Amino acid sequence: MSTQQVSYHGVGVSAGRVIGPVLRMPDPITAPADGAPLPEGSTADAEIERLAAATQSVAAALKARAATATGDAQAVLKATALMASDRTLLKSASKLVSGGTCAESAIWEAADAVATQLAALGGYMAERAGDVLDVRARIVAELRGVPAPGIPDSDVPFVLAAVDLAPADTATLDPAKVLALVTSDGGPQSHTAIIARSLGLPAIVAAAGTTALDDGMLVFADGISGTVTTNPGAEQEHLAATYANREPLPDFDGNGMLADGHLVPLLANVGSGTDAQAAAAAGAQGVGLLRTEFCFLGRDAEPTHQEQVAAYGAVFEAFAGKKVVVRTLDAGADKPLPFLTDTTEPNPALGVRGYRTDAASPGVLSRQLAAIAQAAGEHQAEVWTMAPMISTPAEAGAFAAMVAEAGLPTGGAMIEVPSAAVLAGGILSRCDFVSLGTNDLTQYTMAADRQLGAMAELNDPWQPAVLHLIKATSEGARSAGGKPVGVCGEAAADPALAVVLVGLGVNTLSMNKRALSPVAAVLRTVDLPAARRLAALALDADSASEARRLVRAELPELDRFGL
Amino acid sequence: MAERQAIIGSRVGLHARPAAIFAEAAAEAPVEVTIALEGEPAEDALDASSILSLMGLGAEYGTTVILRAEGEGAEEALDKLVKVLETDHDSE
Repeated sequence: MSTQQVSYHGVGVSAGRVIGPVLRMPDPITAPADGAPLPEGSTADAEIERLAAATQSVAAALKARAATATGDAQAVLKATALMASDRTLLKSASKLVSGGTCAESAIWEAADAVATQLAALGGYMAERAGDVLDVRARIVAELRGVPAPGIPDSDVPFVLAAVDLAPADTATLDPAKVLALVTSDGGPQSHTAIIARSLGLPAIVAAAGTTALDDGMLVFADGISGTVTTNPGAEQEHLAATYANREPLPDFDGNGMLADGHLVPLLANVGSGTDAQAAAAAGAQGVGLLRTEFCFLGRDAEPTHQEQVAAYGAVFEAFAGKKVVVRTLDAGADKPLPFLTDTTEPNPALGVRGYRTDAASPGVLSRQLAAIAQAAGEHQAEVWTMAPMISTPAEAGAFAAMVAEAGLPTGGAMIEVPSAAVLAGGILSRCDFVSLGTNDLTQYTMAADRQLGAMAELNDPWQPAVLHLIKATSEGARSAGGKPVGVCGEAAADPALAVVLVGLGVNTLSMNKRALSPVAAVLRTVDLPAARRLAALALDADSASEARRLVRAELPELDRFGL
Repeated sequence: MAERQAIIGSRVGLHARPAAIFAEAAAEAPVEVTIALEGEPAEDALDASSILSLMGLGAEYGTTVILRAEGEGAEEALDKLVKVLETDHDSE
């Protein structure tokens, strides 16, 4: 075997460095042709025997997995093992084989009938229909001699390689068995990225060429630099060992600041009352972004005033006496709403979305502001309200007037459109604060779709052009009398980038609650002059990866905590 | 032909977990056991060791079902299986 190293570059979306053997996510099982005939030269009896053997070996494999599982997982595996060897299923499939159908098509059709019957029962049984279809796919895979679908099973922990992962795949992902995730497709906002962060697994997405990785190949997966390297040597072993021996992160003490005592309040991004409680328990000093879409998405009609008051109130209750920044409805683009947005727009990211929906469908926004005002009046949180997708100072002024009219004390604007960053001074002379939405700001600055894996390198908040716009925003805030500037995009959750943001003049950072402790720990290791120096390094870099590399090299504490 | 009535004791009905426990017990019986909802003809009865048939029965908590078996040991086997059906496996 060759010992030559090959490195694949993607985007590191969840930190961590590990070495392990690759297992590939098998291709999904395709449906056999309807009623395909017996294989040439075979008899019905021989085909029935082949089918029975396949069901038995699938059942045996599931039973063996059940034996090593515990709790609910064990019960589910046991039940699916019984489904695989089910006599009634085998009988009805065998009947089809006797009629001249091949084993694959016969089991496909027979299981389909069972699944349809279960689905018709509704409720819990309907959910089990999926289990029957999973068992069916396993039996067909066995008949074809290809790997079973779904996350591969292994006694040894492995690096899972896939094109991309679907929510259904990740639901069965066992974090004790999977060391890291590597996908050739997907982006920083893909489902793979989200699940990896929530499980704390190192992950590299959009790593083109990793489809060449094969089962059993040893690789070094680096979720920090976003690379995957085959045939790891001494250098990679050292990096993995350093990561394995990292210091555990201290819990966030609810007091974000730099080493010199410069305060940087760390807030949480939340999307519901339950989320808010969890964020408060994690020490969040407030909410920097309340996504109000949770109240609206998946509905055909606008929620009622009372429904909205209750939903917002549940969040305010968790942060009595603290700041909660409410973002008004951000519908459109990747979050369409039937009563508000037009899904036939040729380019929805540049269409009627966010604040712009108020001109197209007036009323929804003012009713939402009235609900926010009532909920604010019923609770002790310090409520700030901002609109997404503000593009001009005039829009910011109009929104601030609506906020004031609703009786809310503090109105602001999101800075997501480059024009708003350029004219931040004008925007802030017409409203009270701004919050940078770095995900959209990056997409619009770089003209790179956030959903496209191939655009991942451009769609990176470390892009110096994006950092220059953040700097322009904080300079605008200073010219408007020192009004507050926050960041509530994924950028704030990257501990190294958080240092740069503070150096650029950002006052508060808002992130998912899991990022609070790493960001707080790294901020505590630098003072304001150092943060400014690192920000200058990043501003002058010639690419996102160089900016990241230059800044990270100056933050040795990242290695200490394995970030 | 031995025959027994049983009332489903699992709060969630004859769903995946209770059905798995019962199907396994039925498979271990020395005789072939069938199951049918009360009032359904005996010839429509289903194989009691088939988890998919059990789930497709749609038997909820409190539903009465009829177990049937023939041959040596049928009586004892059915007595045992009635107990399994009438236990609430979800409370374990």
